[in-house]
Amino acid sequence: MPKTFIISALVEHKPGVLYKVSNMFWRRGFNIESVAIGTAEQEDLARMTITIKGEEKDAEQLVSQLEKLIDVLKAARLDPQKAVIRELALIKLNASDPKIRSDIFHYVEVFRGRIVDVSPTSAIVEIVGSKDKIDAFINLTRDFGLMEVARTGETALIRGPESVRIDV
Amino acid sequence: MRMSGAKALVESLEKERVEVIFGLPGGAIMPVYDVLLDSKVRHILVRHEQSAAHMADGYARASRKTGVCMATSGPGATNLITGIATAHLDSSPIVAITGQVSTSQIGLDAFQEADMIGIASPVTKYSFQPRRVEDIPVTVKKAFHIASTGRPGPVLIDLPKDIQMDSAEVEFPMKVEVRGYRTDYKPDPEKIGLAAEILANSERPLILAGGGVILSDASEELQKVAETILAPVATSLMGKGSIPEDHPLSIGIIGMHGSKEANRLIYEADTLLAVGCRFSDRTTGKLDEFCPASKVIHIDIDPAEIGKNRCVDLAIISDAKMALEALYRALTKTLTEKKDTAWSRKLKEMKETNNVKTENSGRDLTPPKILKELRRVLPPEAIVTTEVGQNQMWASLYFKVLKPRTFITSGGFGCMGYGFPASIGAKTAIPNVPVVDVAGDGSFMMTENSLATSVTENIPVTVIILNNRMLGMVAQWQRLFYNRRYSAVSLGDVPDFQKLAEAYGAEGLRIGSVEEFSRAVKESLKSEVTTVIDVPIDPEENVLPMVPAGYSLKDVIG
Ligand SMILES: Cc1ncc(C[n+]2csc(CCOP(=O)(O)OP(=O)(O)O)c2C)c(N)n1
Repeated sequence: MPKTFIISALVEHKPGVLYKVSNMFWRRGFNIESVAIGTAEQEDLARMTITIKGEEKDAEQLVSQLEKLIDVLKAARLDPQKAVIRELALIKLNASDPKIRSDIFHYVEVFRGRIVDVSPTSAIVEIVGSKDKIDAFINLTRDFGLMEVARTGETALIRGPESVRIDV
Repeated sequence: MRMSGAKALVESLEKERVEVIFGLPGGAIMPVYDVLLDSKVRHILVRHEQSAAHMADGYARASRKTGVCMATSGPGATNLITGIATAHLDSSPIVAITGQVSTSQIGLDAFQEADMIGIASPVTKYSFQPRRVEDIPVTVKKAFHIASTGRPGPVLIDLPKDIQMDSAEVEFPMKVEVRGYRTDYKPDPEKIGLAAEILANSERPLILAGGGVILSDASEELQKVAETILAPVATSLMGKGSIPEDHPLSIGIIGMHGSKEANRLIYEADTLLAVGCRFSDRTTGKLDEFCPASKVIHIDIDPAEIGKNRCVDLAIISDAKMALEALYRALTKTLTEKKDTAWSRKLKEMKETNNVKTENSGRDLTPPKILKELRRVLPPEAIVTTEVGQNQMWASLYFKVLKPRTFITSGGFGCMGYGFPASIGAKTAIPNVPVVDVAGDGSFMMTENSLATSVTENIPVTVIILNNRMLGMVAQWQRLFYNRRYSAVSLGDVPDFQKLAEAYGAEGLRIGSVEEFSRAVKESLKSEVTTVIDVPIDPEENVLPMVPAGYSLKDVIG
């Protein structure tokens, strides 16, 4: 049974690295669910949080293949029970009808989101949370005339003092 | 010191003690070629860049140095790719240098531009594109370090033309560190202890040696371990030569065209010690049924090889030489000398009966006879390269290799046209031993233009064409699995290889019997030019035994 697992990788922050990493996944036949990348604790490094769907037996192999890439300094699988995992989504909704407009305000509150832009006919909602929570919100608002969704993909860190980092 | 990028590159190569570069120039690499004129580094001009990469690769495999090849941007660079991919799958250390269009033109689809980093990434261990003159010395040092350490492999340096021409103050580092790159894998003593215990207690141990044993020069250690536990040693195609094949414990290669002994014994083994091998499909046959009854211990320097194809019971991530040395020490501590076991007696019997069987087949000029005769006339240190196809499999079955690094073949990529340029590379590295390419007619025609290089550069090798006028291996599959429906495999009787060789200024011979063959080879070894020996064979000849693709090793035909 395919499972979802999350890998945190510390990589060189330079041109071509994302290509090499994604190419490795493609070549080895792994399906990437999402990738989130941004600068890490050291300026010349980036952290990639990669969510993969695969068989349990593939997880270790995948981390080894990642670590084999010279531009990847460190990679580790994160245990979801021991990690903080978040995703950010921006969701644009059609809000021309006043009744719907007030419903949106209500749902956003329930989901602990924020309205970050409004126009006479639309609203943009920002939600931070687990993938499931964002999925749920999107499913709920589908009937309201969901216009546009932009998601960052999941990003994650291990809870507590343990970490995937290198010393300089 | 202030100098141009081209000069910085060539000086860096000199500092890496590069003796020879195989290449072919063009617009985007001309500044480097200009500097080369004043350098001690020898340049060998090829006629096609694919051969440059194969020559660098053959040079590396024969000598354990890093081979270097060079080409211009675009088509020159892409022509290298087949050779780079070949080196990649067989873990051969080469550094490929390609010119690139000027930085201001990169990405504009300029004349002769190709995205080499993108194209080469999947088939190199690493690829660089220095964008400043100052970065060139560090880049070269890193490239050689990465290519030659750990699990070796090809590295690309793609150098824009303006960077070759610009000047800057440069410094040449003595040492480099590559963040994110580890090679210091030493065997874990606890796991070595465990492995020794498992092996000492096993009744039917078998060793599978891969190319990693040869790459890490671990043949002696391998032999000592095998002798201590009286384990038969099978090799993968890449591991051929890691144990002398006339050794009583050697059972030849395993896999699709493996020996019967190897393919049978692996089913009965209770413990498999796999060293420096990657369990490729050609080696294991149907993976689910590969050594089903045995515990598997896997030694490899590449952590990503562990569990990639075959699950293992005990993994030791380490250089093969260090691990086998430690294992030998651990074994001698616990094990009192093993004399005969039922397992070793079985092996002996098997080898004796098989020897009797293969000796007589009616026809005179058969590939097995030719290859056995070749072994008889060549000294043990002679280097044999092969092309791909039946010729390669006959060579691996019937030519007994006695020393590591004397059998050079495209195992992983199976690249036709590899053997001849590789033989030129090997001869360049080790000029004082005979070098022979065992070829098929189809393969030879892919890089036969290297005859020009071989002749003009005075690098004499011997090419033996097992000439069946066929793309023989494909014909064999069509014969066995497509009901003899031959599609696109007949090459006809052209060219006349004797005349072809002569046209290039080489010697050409055609022989009709084993005695003539013997004489021709001996003559060629004394000749100062390359000799092509055309050996007409029966096009219906099959390589047997064989295991059909996707079947388990016990489903042997023939
Ligand atoms: C570059 C390349 N193209 C195609 C193949 C597929 N192929 C494998 S063996 C073979 C036939 C080889 O013929 P030849 O060199 O005459 O050797 P023989 O099998 O007859 O000994 C072919 C076409 C290959 N391995 N490499």
